Amino acid sequence: MVVTCEQVWLEISNYIENDLDPSLRTAMDEHFHTCSRCASVLAGTRNIVQLYGDERMLQVPLGYSGRMQKRLAKEMPAKRGTIFGWVVAAAAVALIAGAIALSKPSSQTVQQSPLAKAGNNIPANLAVLVSEHSKIFHVAGCKFLHTNDGKIRSLTAEQAEHEGYVPCIHCLAKYLTNTAADFIKKHLWLGTSA
Amino acid sequence: MLIVDTSISVKVSPNNEETREHDLIRRIQGGERELFYELVRPHERRVYAATFAILRNPADAEDAAQEAILKAFAHMHQFRSEARFSTWLTQIAINEARMRRRKDHPEIMQPLGEHQDEEGVYTPREFPDWREIPSESLERAEVRELLTEALASLGEKYREIFVLRDVNHLSIEEVAETLGISRASVKTRLLRARLMLRDLLAPKLSGGFFSRESFQKGNKPW
Repeated sequence: MVVTCEQVWLEISNYIENDLDPSLRTAMDEHFHTCSRCASVLAGTRNIVQLYGDERMLQVPLGYSGRMQKRLAKEMPAKRGTIFGWVVAAAAVALIAGAIALSKPSSQTVQQSPLAKAGNNIPANLAVLVSEHSKIFHVAGCKFLHTNDGKIRSLTAEQAEHEGYVPCIHCLAKYLTNTAADFIKKHLWLGTSA
Repeated sequence: MLIVDTSISVKVSPNNEETREHDLIRRIQGGERELFYELVRPHERRVYAATFAILRNPADAEDAAQEAILKAFAHMHQFRSEARFSTWLTQIAINEARMRRRKDHPEIMQPLGEHQDEEGVYTPREFPDWREIPSESLERAEVRELLTEALASLGEKYREIFVLRDVNHLSIEEVAETLGISRASVKTRLLRARLMLRDLLAPKLSGGFFSRESFQKGNKPW
């Protein structure tokens, strides 16, 4: 079997991939011995396949894997909780429920002060702070809440009022009518207890 | 950053990559989605190569590769085990890159070979001798750039096939399946891509720039 240069060029890829009929392969081998041009085509094509097939040829950009992981992480669902996690969550719910139950007014804890209801529009569920040795409740960050007034507790405005605390006329001023503020100021500064 | 929980690593023989991959896919489809990175990690470079073959720009290629992997993650439930994961992933990457190329560069000119008749005989340029480019020359950035430029100058239909077959080492059948074309078309385009690259790189060989002698001790060209 004799092959022409054109036939060799058409089959050179198959020759490299060893995907040829044995008789055609033998004929091409013989052709390469006598044709320098086709031998050069074979050498060049083989070299190209070898070079581009090398891992070093196409390098991914620096940090590619890290960035890929980061983007994937954003798409990942939050990890499912463990049994321990569920136990902790249940305990937390029980604690909150207990705290709410304890904070409910009982007939023995009423220290209602008329000052507390003195024309204020403070939201009942507003989080406020009270100190152990003071009659005034504040919002967090109020400069008139003194830490040397004893232990600080957090509760709602409604609870604070129920326990006999009165609103701070500085930090809670926006909720108080002028009359209420005057009333509180007068009675507190005079040192009278309602 | 994604934290890989080592306590849930797959316990299969390291030699059996295919079994390992099937096992990972089954577990991910069963809800262990955090294993997805473990599944795609071996294919990261291939995905990048596929998008780079089309977009020819590292930043665009990386972005498209990331998007393709995210799409694969979102559609893992649609993957059927009759297909190879690498083929499926590469298909997504190719589609993503093609879509971006059309969207971002609709005016782009088709490079060398795009409109050539692939049925006709390609006549390789005549060189009396081929001076082999040694593999160790790939350590040099300038050599890699030269080869990358040559690849980028091919038409897309040749570039895609060449990268899938000769860079990503997919089989002819896998390339055909990935691109949705016949095995014969893959072989014809692959032949032409290889011959065109040989012709493009041949002029660079003059003066023995890549010859092995250049790399002998004490005679380094850099």
